[in-house]
Amino acid sequence: MTAPNPQSSKPRSPLPFNMREVVLPGDSACPGCPIPMAWKVISAVFGEKMILVIPACCSSVVVGAYPGNSLKASVVHVAFASAAAVASGISEALRKRGITDVQVIAWAGDGGTADIGMASLSGAAERNHDMIYIMYDNEAYMNTGIQRSSSTPYGAWTTTTPIIGKTEHKKDVAKIMISHGVPYVATASIAYPHDFYAKLQRAKKIRGFKFIHLHAPCPVGWRFDPKYTVRVGKLAIETGLWILYEYYDGKIHLSGPSRPYMDPKKRKPIIEYLKLQGRFKGITEEKIKEIETYVNQHWEWVKRHM
Amino acid sequence: MVKEVQIVKTGIKIPLAKPKVGVAGKTGFWRITRPIVNYDKCNKCFLCEIYCPVNVIRVEPDRGPTIDYDYCKGCGVCVDVCPSNALELIEEE
Repeated sequence: MTAPNPQSSKPRSPLPFNMREVVLPGDSACPGCPIPMAWKVISAVFGEKMILVIPACCSSVVVGAYPGNSLKASVVHVAFASAAAVASGISEALRKRGITDVQVIAWAGDGGTADIGMASLSGAAERNHDMIYIMYDNEAYMNTGIQRSSSTPYGAWTTTTPIIGKTEHKKDVAKIMISHGVPYVATASIAYPHDFYAKLQRAKKIRGFKFIHLHAPCPVGWRFDPKYTVRVGKLAIETGLWILYEYYDGKIHLSGPSRPYMDPKKRKPIIEYLKLQGRFKGITEEKIKEIETYVNQHWEWVKRHM
Repeated sequence: MVKEVQIVKTGIKIPLAKPKVGVAGKTGFWRITRPIVNYDKCNKCFLCEIYCPVNVIRVEPDRGPTIDYDYCKGCGVCVDVCPSNALELIEEE
C-alpha cells in the first residue's frame, strides 16, 4: 500500500487512498460497466493485499489480455465451475505459510455462482474456508450474449427467453448461503458504495466463509443508457425489488438504504424501475402484479428473520 | 513461520501479466459523448470520483474534479450522480 504524498500541505482527499491506485484506467469494460466500480470499493478496503479468483465471466475480459492487467492486485483466472474450489486452495496455502494479511476473494458472476459454480461454492461454504465470495449479479450471461441464467428476474427479456420473457423467478443465492450456516452473508448494490464498503470492512474482520451478493446493473444486457447504471441500481432498492441486509449471529440486520422501504407505502411503484430498462419492454399488468407479490413475499421473509 | 520460497530456474517463462494502464488501448477513443465540468457549481462532494467506472476522475478538495480524457469512455455515470449539476454531457466532435 502506498502512503499519501507527505510533501503536499494541501487538504488531502477524504477517500481511501487505495481507491485511486489499484484499479487502473483503460480496462476493456463497456462504458458504464458496474464491475470496475465495485473493484474500486474492494480496493479501498484491501488495497493491493488481495488475491482475486475470477472464473469465466465478464471480469476475465475486463481485467485485460495477457501482457497487461488492469488491476494492481493478484488475479487468478480459473475454469468456470471452480472459483470457490481454487479460492479454498489458495486460502489454505496462505494459512499454511502463515500469511494472514492477504485476503482471498472469489469474484464470480451470477452464472458462475448460481448455475455452474454452485457445487464448488456449496462445498467451500460447508468447509468454511477463510475467503470472501462475491457474486456480482448482472442477471444473465452477459459475456456470451445475454443468455438466461437462473438469476434472471421474472418477465425479463434475454436472447434465450425472447418475446414473453422469463417465466420463472430469480434464484435467491443469499438465502441458500444462509442455509449453509456460514458466519457472514450480505447483499449489496453498486449504487450504494458506502454501504458495500462497510460490509466489506465487517467481512474483513470475520474469519471463515463470507458471501456477498452484489447487485450490478448491466447497461448492455438490461438495455438502458450507460449513464443510468447507478440510477437503476438505486431504483431497485427504492422499489423494494432488491433488499440490502446482512446476516450474522443468526439474524438478519437490515442495512441503512433499505430501512425506509420496509413500509410498503414508502416504496416507489415497480414500473419506475421496469420502464428504464429495455429488457422489460412490453411487460403486461399481470406480470407486474406477479412481481409485486414476489417482492412482498421476499420482504415478509426478511421481516420474519430479523 | 514464513520461509523463503526458492524459485527453481528452469528457463520456462511463466505467462505472468503485469499491471498496466490502458490494457485495452486508449479507451477515450470509444467516446461519443464528453463530460465537461462547471467549476462554479461544483461542491466537491467526491461522488463522481467514487462512482467513475474507469477511475479517471480525480477530485481535489480545493479545486474540484479533473478528468483524464485519454481514458474516459464517456459513459456519463458522473453526470447522472452529480447532485449539483456541475457536470454536463456534450456530443463529441
